[in-house]
Amino acid sequence: MSRRQSIDIGRITDFIIGDAQAERAVPPTGFTARLTVFAAAVMAFLAVFALALSVASNRLAERWSNELDQSATLRISAPVGQMQAQTDAALRVLETTPGVASARVLSDEEQRKLLEPWFGPDIPLESLPIPQLIEIVETPEGLDADALRTRLVGEAPGAVLDDHSRWRKPLAAAAGRLSFLGWLSIGLIFLVMGAMITLAAHAALAANAKVISVMRLVGAKDSYIANAFVRRFTLRALAGAAIGTVLGLGAVLMLPSKGEEAGFLGDLGFSGAGWLWPLVIPIIAALVAFVATRSASRRTLKELR
Amino acid sequence: MIELEQVAYSYGDSELFSDVSLILQPGSFHFLTGPSGSGKTTFLKLCYGELLPTAGHLRLFEHDVRALSRDAIAEMRRRVGVVHQDCEFLDHLPIADNIALPLSVAGQSLAGEQENLSELLQWVGLRNRAGALPPELSGGERQRAALARAVIMSPDVILADEPTGNIDWEMSQRLLQLLVELNKMGKTVMIATHDLGLIRAAKAQVSARVLRLSERRVQLAGADL
Repeated sequence: MSRRQSIDIGRITDFIIGDAQAERAVPPTGFTARLTVFAAAVMAFLAVFALALSVASNRLAERWSNELDQSATLRISAPVGQMQAQTDAALRVLETTPGVASARVLSDEEQRKLLEPWFGPDIPLESLPIPQLIEIVETPEGLDADALRTRLVGEAPGAVLDDHSRWRKPLAAAAGRLSFLGWLSIGLIFLVMGAMITLAAHAALAANAKVISVMRLVGAKDSYIANAFVRRFTLRALAGAAIGTVLGLGAVLMLPSKGEEAGFLGDLGFSGAGWLWPLVIPIIAALVAFVATRSASRRTLKELR
Repeated sequence: MIELEQVAYSYGDSELFSDVSLILQPGSFHFLTGPSGSGKTTFLKLCYGELLPTAGHLRLFEHDVRALSRDAIAEMRRRVGVVHQDCEFLDHLPIADNIALPLSVAGQSLAGEQENLSELLQWVGLRNRAGALPPELSGGERQRAALARAVIMSPDVILADEPTGNIDWEMSQRLLQLLVELNKMGKTVMIATHDLGLIRAAKAQVSARVLRLSERRVQLAGADL
């Protein structure tokens, strides 16, 4: 460990332990203390949800992308008499197409399940002109969609290739925007927290003008006076944010469990190591409080001679 | 120690005093008199760096006060004990802790200073009132506590602004006695007051210079005092 790191750790430790004598010099201020703890708790609670939204959006975008990116669908629309022939022809084309890992004709049962949400469970598939679907799984290198379409025009004219890009792009864009909004919300939450703590710090400094004046008179440096306030507000924000984070995590845990019925809501939460992410919130809240109070107290003290 | 050279001070366009030149030598005893509003308090505030002169040069312990940083001013104040007429304390702390406050802000351990603190309380006659909160003290007790706080860091200079303004004659004599004792220990003392009785009583005990601040100038007062 370098000398600089050990000094910094020493300073952080000193800050956390605090100076008992300096702490006593500033009287406890009930109103600003409660306001800071409350504001930090509420903001941390909201930040947990914003973080959950961002993480879920990212996960969703990734899943959609992964699931759709490596697959394509071939839809064959042909008269009943030609359906099998065109399907076989399309499969032969696919077998010799670079970038195709496998191609599989969907069974009637699978096709029925796909249509079930719209037409109900008793759909008479045999009597309807339903196209035949072929599921294509691509190799990691992917296939050349344009080249495949050109080949299919000649050998299976009823085949239409859907490489999912039409769906994938807007979905990925929507998930990306949602994720961005989540992060933006987190940023705004911490900005508002900083503003509220700055106001509370100003109120505490104004309420303690006499204390500051006495301390200056007996030779206290700005850093000594400021630290008494900064430490107090930082620890209050840390405590408040910790409470808000725990409550927020509890609320996220109470969201609907995963399942097809829950849809996107079922994904709103954390998974695995992702549950550790919210633990950063109290630390950031403490940093925000530290910067806000330090800036407010230094500004106020500079106005005094 | 404290040296003023053609110093002036103005509040906005209103000049309080100007062309003041004075040297406070180590171990000297000064009174500063003058009518109310003549600038006695302002003069003392210049002497401990709370205000800066609007013209002229002011040197505190051989440093130009304008060149001193805020931290340097704070450190310099540990060498100047100040007693105000309306002496202010931290009302939530016992008076003993208030007296020890300069030690705290200077980063000195109070544990090692308990004996000194106890002697100091004894010296100002507040040993039995050590645990009392400032609002519980009488005017005279507050003045003596302020004096104890001013001298706990063993400063070179004691500045007292109307220290007897709120207390009776007997208590003011006791306070004066303490200031005279400090001066005999080698401390520089300057008292701003309009209490001529106090000045006469002091002159009977110590060699004191009396300065009069009037008509925007500081002059040596006559022997009629």
